[in-house]
Amino acid sequence: MGEIKTYTISIFTENHVGLLNRITIIFTKRRLNIESLNTSESEIKGIHRFTIVVNVSEETVIKLVKQIEKQIEVVRAFYHIDEETVFQEIALYKVHTNTIVNGIKVESLIRDNHARILAIENDFIIIEKTGRKEETNDLLKKLEPYGIMEFVRSGRVSVTKPLEHMGSLLKIK
Amino acid sequence: MGAPSTLESTKTNTSIELSGAEAVIKSLIHEDVDLLFGYPGGAIMPVYDALYNYQNELKHILTRHEQGAIHAAQGYARASGKAGVVIATSGPGATNLITGIADAQIDSTPLVCITGQVISQLLGTDGFQETDVIGISMPVTKWNYQVTSAEEIPEAIAKAFYIARSGRPGPVLIDITKDAQFAQLNFDYKKCESIRSYEPIPTTDQNSLKKAAELVNNSKKPFMIFGQGVILSGAEKELNQVVEKTGIPAASTVLGLSALPTTHPQYVGMVGMHGNYGPNLLTNECDVLIAVGMRFDDRVTGDLKRYCKQAKIIHIEVDPSEINKNVRCDIPLLGDAKEVLQSLLPLVNSNTHPDWIDEFEKCEKIEFEKIVQKEFFPKSDQISMGEVLNKINNITKGDSIVVTDVGQHQMISCRYAQYNYSRSSITSGGLGTMGFCLPAAIGAKLAQPLRQVIAIVGDGGFQMTLQELGTIKQFGIDIKIIILNNEFLGMVRQWQELFFEKRYAHTEMQNPDFIAISKGYGLESKKVSKRDELNNALEEMLSFDGSYLLEVKVGKEDNVFPMVATGASVSEVRLE
Repeated sequence: MGEIKTYTISIFTENHVGLLNRITIIFTKRRLNIESLNTSESEIKGIHRFTIVVNVSEETVIKLVKQIEKQIEVVRAFYHIDEETVFQEIALYKVHTNTIVNGIKVESLIRDNHARILAIENDFIIIEKTGRKEETNDLLKKLEPYGIMEFVRSGRVSVTKPLEHMGSLLKIK
Repeated sequence: MGAPSTLESTKTNTSIELSGAEAVIKSLIHEDVDLLFGYPGGAIMPVYDALYNYQNELKHILTRHEQGAIHAAQGYARASGKAGVVIATSGPGATNLITGIADAQIDSTPLVCITGQVISQLLGTDGFQETDVIGISMPVTKWNYQVTSAEEIPEAIAKAFYIARSGRPGPVLIDITKDAQFAQLNFDYKKCESIRSYEPIPTTDQNSLKKAAELVNNSKKPFMIFGQGVILSGAEKELNQVVEKTGIPAASTVLGLSALPTTHPQYVGMVGMHGNYGPNLLTNECDVLIAVGMRFDDRVTGDLKRYCKQAKIIHIEVDPSEINKNVRCDIPLLGDAKEVLQSLLPLVNSNTHPDWIDEFEKCEKIEFEKIVQKEFFPKSDQISMGEVLNKINNITKGDSIVVTDVGQHQMISCRYAQYNYSRSSITSGGLGTMGFCLPAAIGAKLAQPLRQVIAIVGDGGFQMTLQELGTIKQFGIDIKIIILNNEFLGMVRQWQELFFEKRYAHTEMQNPDFIAISKGYGLESKKVSKRDELNNALEEMLSFDGSYLLEVKVGKEDNVFPMVATGASVSEVRLE
């Protein structure tokens, strides 16, 4: 089956109700877990973009992309390994306000990890960190001793490195 | 979101104002539909009401169950090459279509299904007969769409027909809320000719064509397997030309049957689990395999690790996702089978392969001695399924359309029935849907009223959709129904015998009096259990003017061979 790797699948679609379901069915039918999923508009007017991360073999990701492209309202789908893309995720951490008031350590943690404070309330503060999963995980571990009230991480957003514009590959008439 | 974007263009001077329901009917007529199958109910009543005014243009066949309607539409589509059309109501009406939709999806049958839906304000409230048919049908439709305003109807239906028919055909479903059926719109119909995100026929790579021809020209033992793709693209003539010019032996998949006449000298039979001995065995002997419009189903390939590893594989296919899906392919030839075969024809050399064909003939002889002979001329008193098929062939000479259900009788029919014309074998291949036969035969007969339609069905499958005898009677549809009754779910029993130590768990059936049932529906019928009555009974049935049901009692524990058991290689095809 080949080596299991992390692949980012970028899907360009019409913006229609139900298409998300049509795409996820392709994964669930094959018992494949989606690591992360993000949808947004793309640079092309009226064209929506899905970014899906999966850990599979190249043979499997090729089959997935073909099945995705087979959907009527999918314009094109591409897959890339991490080295071929620039990608980020955003993580939010909610911690007690007193951890920052009482401890200098947390403040330096935020600085050293290139995170920032998004909001300060009487009882809690929200820290934001953008980066790769390992980086946001790393900060999560470091903050854990101080007590984390809530943690959330977004799906991956990714753009490809080659200069060629993805839009030019879409062949939209 | 999702509203078709060109609504402005429909508001031209030629447009007329009518209800959404009438727009459905007018749209169907614009798509050259003259026959549809269906079953009314609350949420589709406006469409049925509109249908009342168009009875001359649009014939509606009222089946006895929505499953009957959809299988009939499948039979119609398979026999005619047109899209089958079904209408049903919301909730149970819609869910009863699902089996047929799944069957059509896996067997690439063009269908347009129109379901009624609760009024749009009730969507998501668990209203009476509300079901999320869009969600339920999503994995088994080529495309589906929910219409919530009347203005969307013409464009949605135009898209539905275009998608169902083009490229690799398949079922589509349009769900229309009841308020959209009642509302008025300015109707102007424009056929859909393209969708920007959809490429139905991929372009064929010219270089690959040359390479493929070169492989074929240098091959000593080329072998062709053709599937339904040939029939769907109307490539029967081109298939014949390539086969005859190259001298290649050609075998069919279950769904490819009748694309090449069974009497063709280079036709070597059927591949697959219960296919013929030679084509299965010699798949692992050929040096080049040309697969035309087929998808290497597991019932065709057996163990993939030991399937055709020695050969170069050329795959002619319209659906790019089928390339390298199950079997690695050396030269993919993407495109419409007809066009690809046309392009290939001038590139291949005239050739013959007498020694190689001889190997198939040797296998055929072995199969005849070990299996066919015993089935056609059994020593036991009990009638065998094979002998019924043999006698049918002797009478029809291969001119009939044979529709089957699923199980032992299906495999026997596919093995032995003769076909002179394309679109003469209609069977549920990929999904293996019991209950398919009787309604599908209705559709086939309505599609081809001048041809004889023989429905061959087991006692199990017949009882899944026998209510359609009512439809046959009401519309005077002439079908010759043969129940091959072994009082068992025969194929499951065969597996229990071979792989489950004869533990016959829930496969024996106490059957009703099929003749009494037939009489109850007002149909002619006869029961035969003795060999010397069989031929006359078949002749009487096949020459009868109108529908006729013949029950034939066959051996209870007969098995179908050859067989490539699950997990076995095609080289391990068993003769007993």
